[in-house]
Amino acid sequence: MKTILILGGGTGGTIVANRLAHGLRPDDVSIEVVSDSPLHYYQPAQLYVPFGEEDPRKIARSERKLLNPKVNFRIDTISEWIPDKQLLRTAKGENLSYDFLVIATGSIACPEAVEGFVAGADHFYTPEAAYRLYHKLSELEGGRLVVGVGGIPYKCPVAPLEFTLLAEAFLTHKGIRSNTEIVYTFPLNEVFQIASVVPVVRSLFEQRSIRAETFFNLESVDPEKKVVKSLEGTELPFDILVMTPPHKGAAFLRGHPMADNDGWVNTDRNTLRVNGLPNVWALGDTTNLPISKAGSTAHFEAPVIVEQIMATIRRQEPPPGKATYNGHVTCFIDAGYGKATILDFDYDHPPTVYEPDEFRHLQKMAFNKLYWHLVPTAVI
Amino acid sequence: MEGVKIAKESDARGSFCPGPLMEMIRLVRSANVGEVVAVISGDEGSKKDIPAWINKARYELVGTEEVGPGASRFLCRKNH
Repeated sequence: MKTILILGGGTGGTIVANRLAHGLRPDDVSIEVVSDSPLHYYQPAQLYVPFGEEDPRKIARSERKLLNPKVNFRIDTISEWIPDKQLLRTAKGENLSYDFLVIATGSIACPEAVEGFVAGADHFYTPEAAYRLYHKLSELEGGRLVVGVGGIPYKCPVAPLEFTLLAEAFLTHKGIRSNTEIVYTFPLNEVFQIASVVPVVRSLFEQRSIRAETFFNLESVDPEKKVVKSLEGTELPFDILVMTPPHKGAAFLRGHPMADNDGWVNTDRNTLRVNGLPNVWALGDTTNLPISKAGSTAHFEAPVIVEQIMATIRRQEPPPGKATYNGHVTCFIDAGYGKATILDFDYDHPPTVYEPDEFRHLQKMAFNKLYWHLVPTAVI
Repeated sequence: MEGVKIAKESDARGSFCPGPLMEMIRLVRSANVGEVVAVISGDEGSKKDIPAWINKARYELVGTEEVGPGASRFLCRKNH
């Protein structure tokens, strides 16, 4: 009997667990998911909470109910990982050993990492923060809205762009767009990190009179004066500041020999194995790969890991072409006004971006509802 | 770049845009005023991005030097 431990009850961990439970016999393996929460969050829905289009109480479901009954589910927090002993220690004092380990603990928004952020800025990277922002936007009567990215990498690279475009539409519908200035900030010399996406975003910003401030690396927020400052010396006054907080990996991974100081795990870009270990994999936001930290990334990575684990247990070679990740990512960009576009790319093919349209928006809205039935359950 | 004391250096070869630039920003953040930090990059885009960022932030580009096939070292002084 082999023991497979999967750390994390998000998109990546849940798909891996359910696919393994489907493909392996319970007599051969024990599969266990360890998560610090009983809930599975559909995080893309948080983007819509500040605009009153999603109820923050309805964007999470029971992880236990999403998992195949053959998968054990443990609610605990990993406090230490000792690869040499194939051992994990938990906050509740348990020692967990494994034959195979999959790390899918994701990324964590860390607003406390920036001086003044907690007191002076808002974000939408937790349901609670998104709901606080809903109240602030509801009460806004005009002024200056600053939206920006407070550090790279961060979860869902297009989300700050989407928030900016949706906020512009929201303020227009509210009748206060003409007396509200919108400024978007980004750490690099352009408005996005993928060059082929930039012209479409620039065009949308120009059409909607959104000003972009590039090379803006968040340094601090002054909650009293309502000013945000960059490392480059730029200061922007604001009435509402919506910043993507710096992100980090799970606490037990920060500074771990298998990860960097921020907790991003050293991962092979094709096999997804960790640091050359033969029985440990990472996926989704957890990795140090230079690709989007997005649910679709985890979705496309999960089968690659499952095929390798199943082949090892069956003492076979994995099926040709199915055990290699090619960097595939798919992201919708909601542009507001009932229109959206989509980015689809991999390591070798940058995205081709089309003008937002109604069809893509409907597709995104449908996916948001169908997620629960199709993705964690590994139907697709 | 003889005679320049490098306080911190990061070899960012193997990472691609914006990795080397973000590495330079991370080093500058952690450096003391007056110190020189260095990043080695194999990404062609760094030749434009890193000097442009140093200029924007009004730091000093101490120099750029080739350190191997397709790789460059960028030295930046945190002068304020």
